[in-house]
Amino acid sequence: MPNRLVIALKALAHIGCLAPVAWLIWHLIQNSLGPDPTAAVTFFTGRGALRLLVISLAITPVRRLIPPLSWIIRFRRLLGLYAFFYACLHLLTYVWLYAGFSLDAMIDDITKRRFITAGLAAWALMVPLALTSTTWSIRKLGGKNWNRLHRLAYVSAIAGVVHYWWGVKPGVLSPIGITVVLVLLLAARPILSWWSSHKRVPAQLARADKGL
Amino acid sequence: MLKRKSSGVQPTEITPRSVYLNRRAFMTGAAAAAIAGVLAPSEEAYADNRLTTVKSPLSLTGVQPTSLQDITHYNNFYEFGTNKDDPAREAYRLKTRPWTVSIEGKVQKPQKIDIDSLMKLRPLEERIYRFRCVEAWSMVIPWVGYSFSELIKEVQPLPEAKFVQFISLDDPNQMPGLRFSPISWPYSEGLRMDEAMHPLTLLTFGLYGEPLPNQDGAPVRIVVPWKYGFKSAKSIVKIKFVEKQPHTTWNDQGPNEYGFYSNVNPNKDHPRWSQKTERVIGASIFKQRQPTLMFNGYEDQVANLYTGMDLKKYY
Repeated sequence: MPNRLVIALKALAHIGCLAPVAWLIWHLIQNSLGPDPTAAVTFFTGRGALRLLVISLAITPVRRLIPPLSWIIRFRRLLGLYAFFYACLHLLTYVWLYAGFSLDAMIDDITKRRFITAGLAAWALMVPLALTSTTWSIRKLGGKNWNRLHRLAYVSAIAGVVHYWWGVKPGVLSPIGITVVLVLLLAARPILSWWSSHKRVPAQLARADKGL
Repeated sequence: MLKRKSSGVQPTEITPRSVYLNRRAFMTGAAAAAIAGVLAPSEEAYADNRLTTVKSPLSLTGVQPTSLQDITHYNNFYEFGTNKDDPAREAYRLKTRPWTVSIEGKVQKPQKIDIDSLMKLRPLEERIYRFRCVEAWSMVIPWVGYSFSELIKEVQPLPEAKFVQFISLDDPNQMPGLRFSPISWPYSEGLRMDEAMHPLTLLTFGLYGEPLPNQDGAPVRIVVPWKYGFKSAKSIVKIKFVEKQPHTTWNDQGPNEYGFYSNVNPNKDHPRWSQKTERVIGASIFKQRQPTLMFNGYEDQVANLYTGMDLKKYY
């Protein structure tokens, strides 16, 4: 994949991630977010964060499944950081429009309401990942440690989906789509490892037979 | 060199399509008006849908009702889908005529009443009420109807009738939300007899002076303004007078979240959010929050129904 194309695609990815925020701010100024603007902003930012997080988690399995697409790794950090950005907007919506910046109200919510606890956990788990997203951090931590730390992205996504289910009424199925995708991604990792190890073994044996 | 052949008509002479269409519309309209002028007074064509109402002392005063647009486009009516905008999109499928309401159970005069007769039973009143959803949003709605107690008196419940149960229409052909739903239908709600008899409890046929839009529970619903919105069953087909507390749909779904009483109570949190404040529908984003009032502001009228009751236990 030529560098210039990747740069062009990255520019597109930035636009794709920022355009919805611009749209949101525009409608906020115009006061045209519908009958319940607080709820509209809440769902918009929350869904955005979850979707971007899940897309960033899909990068590794897609690369392993389709090796010619391995260059998409260069988009993972960008997508992950935008997921965190949306999660921060989502948290800000809560702190501002629900808790009204009241620390008491927030403590009350976090201790009493499991859906808020799960949501906060999902956000908090992304903080170390965002902080160690620099190339310098990867070098400093070492690839192995860095990889291990960044598996927290899966835990964050699970906490996010649990937060979504616990947030909607019993009987409402709107989180089903994102849940199915996340379950597939969680299953993809072990399945792909198993598959590639089985593929490699006969090849290695064949090489050994030839005395290589 | 090609010489353009003139058609003899200048572009400026061609009537624009919009003007052409308007001219046709104008002529059709004029013809219709001429016929209408002969057959009936033209005002009646507009007055057709209006309900004749009288004012009520039970209405709120000095408040601005929520816009008709918001009242009809922000609905919880899961029979048409779980998103707030699903009912506005899907409720056109509901057929509200013919419609009968079956009155059953412990009454002296069980009967099936046609919706048009039911509407004519008493003069229709305009009742401007607060409406507070359990999800912590609120509206002010100018309902049209009469006190449910009037119907109760008409059908004469037996002494053993202690509760009233409301059953909503349950037809997947008209209600696409019923097709893939984990909730057990039909929608069932209920009130204690004294709550049902309270003058504020409104048998509702319209809003903003017109028949109920389908997405707001046409052709007939109940409105209990001091309780969370889900207590106010929509599109009612059956009213049953019973001895024991009836099962209610949201209580079945989550008994710890939705109690049988579900009186609006800022001091009793929903397990997943505080009920101390509410978001005003239609307000701008930074002005949406307002404090929630005990019994949704109807404390003076209804608190006596619950004297001696622990409202945190019986939520």
